Amino acid sequence: MYKSLEFHMSTWTLGAVLLAAVASAQAQQHFPNIGRAATPAEVAKWDIDVRPDFKGLPKGEGSVAQGQDVWEGKCASCHGIFGESNEVFNPVVGGVGPEDVKTGRVAKLKDTSFPARTTFMKAPSLATVWDYINRAMPWNAPKTLSANEVYAVTAYMLNLSGIVEDNFVLNEKTIVQAQSRMPNREGMTTQHALWPSAELGGVGKPDTANTACMKNCASDVKVTSMLPDFARDAHGNLADQNRLVGAQKGVNTLRTAAAGTGAKAPAPSKDTNKGPNEAVMGLLQSNNCLACHGLDKKVVGPAFTDVASKHTGKLDYLTDKILMGSSGVWGSIPMPAQTLKPADAKAIAEWLAAGIKP
Amino acid sequence: MNKLPGQILKAPEHFLSQQDIQAVKKQTPQGRRDFLSQAFAAAAGITASAAALAQNASEGDPNILKLPAHATGLGQGVASPGYGKPSQFESNLQRRQSPGLTQTTQASVSFAPLQSLFGIVTPSGLHFERHHQGWWDIDPTKHRFMVNGLVKTPKVFTMDDLMRLPSVSRFHFIECGANTGMEWGNVAVPTVQYTHGMLSCSEFTGVPLITLLEHCGADLKAGQFVLAEGGDGSSMTRTIPMSLIKSGEVLVAYGQNGEMLRPENGYPLRLVVPGVQGVSWVKYLRRIELGDKPYGTKDEAIHYIDLMPDGSHRQYSGIQECKSVVTTPSGGQALLDKGFYNITGLAWSGRGAIKKVDVSVDGGVNWKPARLESPVLSKCLTRFNLDWVWDGKPSVIQSRATDDTGFVQPTLKQLRDVRGTRSIYHNNAIQSWLVQESGEVKNVQVS
Repeated sequence: MYKSLEFHMSTWTLGAVLLAAVASAQAQQHFPNIGRAATPAEVAKWDIDVRPDFKGLPKGEGSVAQGQDVWEGKCASCHGIFGESNEVFNPVVGGVGPEDVKTGRVAKLKDTSFPARTTFMKAPSLATVWDYINRAMPWNAPKTLSANEVYAVTAYMLNLSGIVEDNFVLNEKTIVQAQSRMPNREGMTTQHALWPSAELGGVGKPDTANTACMKNCASDVKVTSMLPDFARDAHGNLADQNRLVGAQKGVNTLRTAAAGTGAKAPAPSKDTNKGPNEAVMGLLQSNNCLACHGLDKKVVGPAFTDVASKHTGKLDYLTDKILMGSSGVWGSIPMPAQTLKPADAKAIAEWLAAGIKP
Repeated sequence: MNKLPGQILKAPEHFLSQQDIQAVKKQTPQGRRDFLSQAFAAAAGITASAAALAQNASEGDPNILKLPAHATGLGQGVASPGYGKPSQFESNLQRRQSPGLTQTTQASVSFAPLQSLFGIVTPSGLHFERHHQGWWDIDPTKHRFMVNGLVKTPKVFTMDDLMRLPSVSRFHFIECGANTGMEWGNVAVPTVQYTHGMLSCSEFTGVPLITLLEHCGADLKAGQFVLAEGGDGSSMTRTIPMSLIKSGEVLVAYGQNGEMLRPENGYPLRLVVPGVQGVSWVKYLRRIELGDKPYGTKDEAIHYIDLMPDGSHRQYSGIQECKSVVTTPSGGQALLDKGFYNITGLAWSGRGAIKKVDVSVDGGVNWKPARLESPVLSKCLTRFNLDWVWDGKPSVIQSRATDDTGFVQPTLKQLRDVRGTRSIYHNNAIQSWLVQESGEVKNVQVS
């Protein structure tokens, strides 16, 4: 139990060099019998954070092979056998190459046509990965892995990412070596104005400097982006998402846009979206999509109508799947990554995301 | 008709086609009552019940002429229920997920229905949610809070301890760093709930963190960074700016809008970091560590980092810069008719108080200063209003906020010129809503 200090008055006589200590003593003095000293065991149980400079990292070790066992037992159901799955969470592994390991900058982060941003494309510090697995994984049973299991599973992910060899053993010493090969270790900057003070050496000037112009501030205003009509009900019926009274009502999005808010009995927009339009059909043919997918029949892969009904509205997800390939969603046969243009993939995904019907 | 209670005067426009309405208007003699009765009679395919209503309408509103049950019966008693709930007619106001955004509900987001809220305070039950590993309802008698690191005495506090200390109550906004993040490249969602709904504002009650650090004998010279850590499964960690802690703004909070925090918002204890993105407001707060270096946690090394066009990521980007949005009229709504409307919305800045909000109804060509509703508080939502008479023509409505540092909310183009389109985080661009001739309002981006 913390005991309040008894020399309150005498502290006032000390010199200015001890002002900080005085303030501290005053604070402690100010609130007697509030809180108690933590025991060493309590601090050890809760103080588990590992800093990027490895402060706080416990001893232990694990091999790539041991890590594979842990992964397949406790991680693969969400993250995929090879850490590539996008089913439940963003992919952990992928998108990094040997050149990135040399330079410490992940080249694909500059490639606007590459949609994925995996954990190992982004993470600058291996300690962060270790800390996060240790504190929060497995997702449904956090803090149940031993330190050795965390080392092992981290080694396995490093191996999948091509950062360490198959026989690598990760421990509190070799982690320094692995850190020096992290693909995005040089990829971070604090040169911005979004931290409120100077501790990180940022800049004071914000990115933008708009002015509060009041008259004739723009010309030729054009709408450059709005939701396509087929996505009208992607967020449900907006009439049910607004209050019943007030100056504005929610729009009934179960009706088509052409009908507006005042017309009667238009058909639901979904019914108008049956087959692909000519442009999409052309893409399906020219990219051999129809070799594996029937419009409304399973071939090697699932029918497009089944994909559409399972993943309605998931434009980005579908685009990623087309571009990066997929496995385990519709059976054991994987779909390889497709080589079509991202814009074409998106066009197909838009058609699917609109929820086509047979 | 039943879907629009109180709107009997508006009914003809709502089930007649535009042609029918035009036909009716031509036949309409002077006077609203005559118009109404003839309008109903003129309608093709009219139903018997509508005809009956039309008969009543010629005498007046049946909601006036026929006294309702609540005017002729006995109502309900006190304390039933003991904790009151919103009217059954308000059930459209819900926190909602954006379809397809996440694959699970435990690592997900729900958005607050900004389109239907008043003033600046978010009702606690409609506060937006962001959970990384599900929410918990933690027994407050068993919750503990620890301070360790560069302190003379690491200490443990119970909720009783914390609630004995002198407290402060302050209004602040909390905004997720990824709010409006789906709109960097193009319009992706239909309404203000989904574009801006990871935003809420509450009165928070708690103890300044600096008080607790000093109470533990903190070394505030060597201690340049604080780690905040949650007590739930995710045990969220974030590095907290020392300058804000020293200013006394950062609170260890247990109160929200006059009661305890809601479980979804961190009951019984969360950090309040005014002006900084929501991920730093660690929920189920169990520990504060004072250290000499930043902590590079998962949510400041893998997520909540801003991808720049050169492929680098900005780390430790916390401040929510000056931003505003018109909440009505807004996407997914429909104006009932031409005529008067109150354009209203919210403005906020992570750097201080809102000084000014301007509103444009022509896509940013001309602007008028809006009225700011009191109170206007630092790092808090500010409500603005502007009178507007809609002439029935297409209109693009925008708002543009200026904070007390003089910073003016940017256009989307200005932001993209620096940050590209793949950042996800910290999109504080001016929002545009297109009012179409039909009255329907659409989320748009303009050049």
